Amino acid sequence: MTAPAIELKGISKAFGPVQANKDISIRVSPGTIHGIIGENGAGKSTLMSILYGFYKADKGEIWIHGKRTEIPDSQAAIAAGIGMVFQHFKLVENFTVLENIILGAEDGGLLKPSLSKARKTLQELAREYELNVDPDARIDEIGVGMQQRVEILKALYRQADILILDEPTGVLTPSEADQLFRILDRLRAEGKTIILITHKLREIMEYTDTVSVMRRGQMTATVKTAETNPEHLAELMVGRKVLLRVDKVPAAPGKPILEIENLNVVDEAGVARVKNLNLTVRAGEIVGIAGVAGNGQSELLEVLGGMREGQGTIRLNGNPLPLSGKGSDARARRASHVAHVPEDRQREGLIMDFHAWENVAFGYHHASEYQSGLLMNNAALRADTEAKMEKFDVRPPDPWLAAKNFSGGNQQKIVVAREIERNPDLLLIGQPTRGVDIGAIEFIHKQIVELRDQGKAVLLVSVELEEILSLSDRVAVMFDGMIMGERPADQTDEKELGLLMAGVAGEAA
Amino acid sequence: MDKMPKWADVVLIPLISLILAALLSALVILGIGEDPIAAVKLMVSGALGSTYGWGYTLYYATNFLFTGLAVSVAFHARLFNIGGEGQAMLGGLGVALVCLYIPWPHWSLALIFASLGAALFGAAWAAIPAYLQAKRGSHIVITTIMFNFIAAAVLNYVLVNLLRPVGSMDPATARFPEAVHLPSLHELLAPLGIAFSKSAPANVSFVLAIVACFAVWLLIWRTKLGYEIRAYGNSEPGALYAGISPVKITMIAMLISGGLAGMMATNNVMGEAERLVLNSTEGAGFIGIAVALMGRSHPFGVFLAAILFGFLYQGGAELALWTSIPRELIVVIQALVILFTGALDNMVRVPLEKAFLALRREKA
Repeated sequence: MTAPAIELKGISKAFGPVQANKDISIRVSPGTIHGIIGENGAGKSTLMSILYGFYKADKGEIWIHGKRTEIPDSQAAIAAGIGMVFQHFKLVENFTVLENIILGAEDGGLLKPSLSKARKTLQELAREYELNVDPDARIDEIGVGMQQRVEILKALYRQADILILDEPTGVLTPSEADQLFRILDRLRAEGKTIILITHKLREIMEYTDTVSVMRRGQMTATVKTAETNPEHLAELMVGRKVLLRVDKVPAAPGKPILEIENLNVVDEAGVARVKNLNLTVRAGEIVGIAGVAGNGQSELLEVLGGMREGQGTIRLNGNPLPLSGKGSDARARRASHVAHVPEDRQREGLIMDFHAWENVAFGYHHASEYQSGLLMNNAALRADTEAKMEKFDVRPPDPWLAAKNFSGGNQQKIVVAREIERNPDLLLIGQPTRGVDIGAIEFIHKQIVELRDQGKAVLLVSVELEEILSLSDRVAVMFDGMIMGERPADQTDEKELGLLMAGVAGEAA
Repeated sequence: MDKMPKWADVVLIPLISLILAALLSALVILGIGEDPIAAVKLMVSGALGSTYGWGYTLYYATNFLFTGLAVSVAFHARLFNIGGEGQAMLGGLGVALVCLYIPWPHWSLALIFASLGAALFGAAWAAIPAYLQAKRGSHIVITTIMFNFIAAAVLNYVLVNLLRPVGSMDPATARFPEAVHLPSLHELLAPLGIAFSKSAPANVSFVLAIVACFAVWLLIWRTKLGYEIRAYGNSEPGALYAGISPVKITMIAMLISGGLAGMMATNNVMGEAERLVLNSTEGAGFIGIAVALMGRSHPFGVFLAAILFGFLYQGGAELALWTSIPRELIVVIQALVILFTGALDNMVRVPLEKAFLALRREKA
């Protein structure tokens, strides 16, 4: 039997009082795809950062191809044949593909020889792995899928034979993701070893050979993918049985609550983000907006939530809402019973340095029950926070804790509690479960469905297709600021939506 | 979890910074061949050893309280108001106009309206950079610095050409009428049977400064407006999300800040000089920045820091008077304190955070 491509023995790493990795051992055979799955904060990224030389382990050994290897920095990792593709690409936008590939690997003071050498190598790599990219295209002119290929090529150019990919499909359309996995297949066939970090059970099940599950800094299991199933993996991740499907009865849509007509949004740089958009959300239904990140969904939510100006007509319960100038800000929107769970809870939805109780008033700090004369009634606010924390099972239930000290899931519960408990007519909710652990996802989804069942309208924006499909009653797909099509959620599938997300118009809905 | 307990952040870090600054200052004093222990003794006895010393220490502290609070309020909205100096100068003009051109029956009435005048002029001077920041994105640090120079030039013009009494060679206003004379601490404490130095300049505006401290605390931590200011200061996208107007908060925070800086003039112009002279602020606007940094923008911290800087000012003056330590060295010592408490904060903070983490891990 050949030596494992990577073997970690007893890796431990602590950040202050937090034990991020605890006695982790793992063996990855060469020429396989090994998945690492776990919730946010389970320690996946820390483990990979140790492997790539960003952090130094407190204890433990790293063996590469049967040889004990010290990896004090990323230079050493590259020398050991490890390449990393980060979730957020590290490319220089206004450089060409070729320039990006040699960046940091130039030999000599002159660029020209390196560039022509790289061009030749690139052609060989492209032939060998079917990784075609135009070496002279500028990064900002090519798509996200292509940019990811450049990252992979960068690693291969540095002669990596172990590739680590961190959440590689987060920004891809389903078809781009399929292409990525074809490339990974090809790399595996050529003998490369691939470590795939993801939180998507589907990708693990479909593409990996073996999978390791991490929970709270520990490796809870390593199994052959063929011998497991998604329910079992989810249980290993969370430590208890979880419901992967959203439990809900069919929707009973009522009168239109939100009507959008010919909405246009132009951003600060003068780029049209939303183009002539029309959409209706009725009482008692959840409308999901699917789409690859950056196709105008964020801007749509921001206009509806009063964070951004737009042109066109929006009616709420038949009454027009101003889209610019006076009465178009978020305070006015809340006054008209629009609640908003923003896409980025850490930048927008919460003030991270504020106590939990201060955050419960955020956006509603004008509400009369929080005032006492000229001052704010902080005691009432704290009592209200305690009640909301109990109802939404926020842990720890401590109103004095700063928002930044809660986990992602509990932060989101605070935001969702604040918005839903206002009993809004319309709930805008963006990426409700981004960075949220599976247990909290289940809870938040249940709250959204309950709100729908009370006859409220919900507009959901998510880049997670699975979430859109399981939560929405109706799906609208956005591409380049336009709605490419609308489908009832139970009459469509990922493939059809994937085509719409890539801008291939379907038949008119 | 927070990296270290709150008391360490609020008390320990400034204290260690101070000690470091003191040690370095001692080395410098040693370097020029003087005795640092004797120097400290002289500073303490000069600034705190008599009611005369206290009178000066508190007088300076009053100036720093107003400008420190001014910087703090702006800082909560993440606006760096470097223009306290100019705003305080203009505040002086406001005080002078109120005191010279309205016949006041009693000093208390005069003080109320002089405060308003000072705040109004200071706020007006802050309003222009605030507007440029809010509407045009011109960086407030740059514009407030430039406005300090403009303020000095404006004051120069006004004093030389408009307010100078006929026949006077001095670029200053006439003396304020006797009716607006503010009671000094000597006059205030005498009925209580406390004998306070007659010649020290500390006056009733010290009380006004303490009231301002409390008012700022209420504003920032107990009112809706303070909530909005802090929210905006922490996250601008967050403010937009919550329906808090960045333009409005930028304007209001800067107006309050400028107003507080302007109110300093009730102390130095109305309380001490009793006329408006050129360069009456003597750099107090800049000291306010150090005071706010050291006081962590909290009114109580600002109060302590202001007293400390008052001590340094008065103690330093005594040093210059009684020893051969040159006046410039006093500035060096003050600069070291500012450097350590303000700019080199992380030098103390980072190792201390690590120490607390290690301590906690041992306990765990």
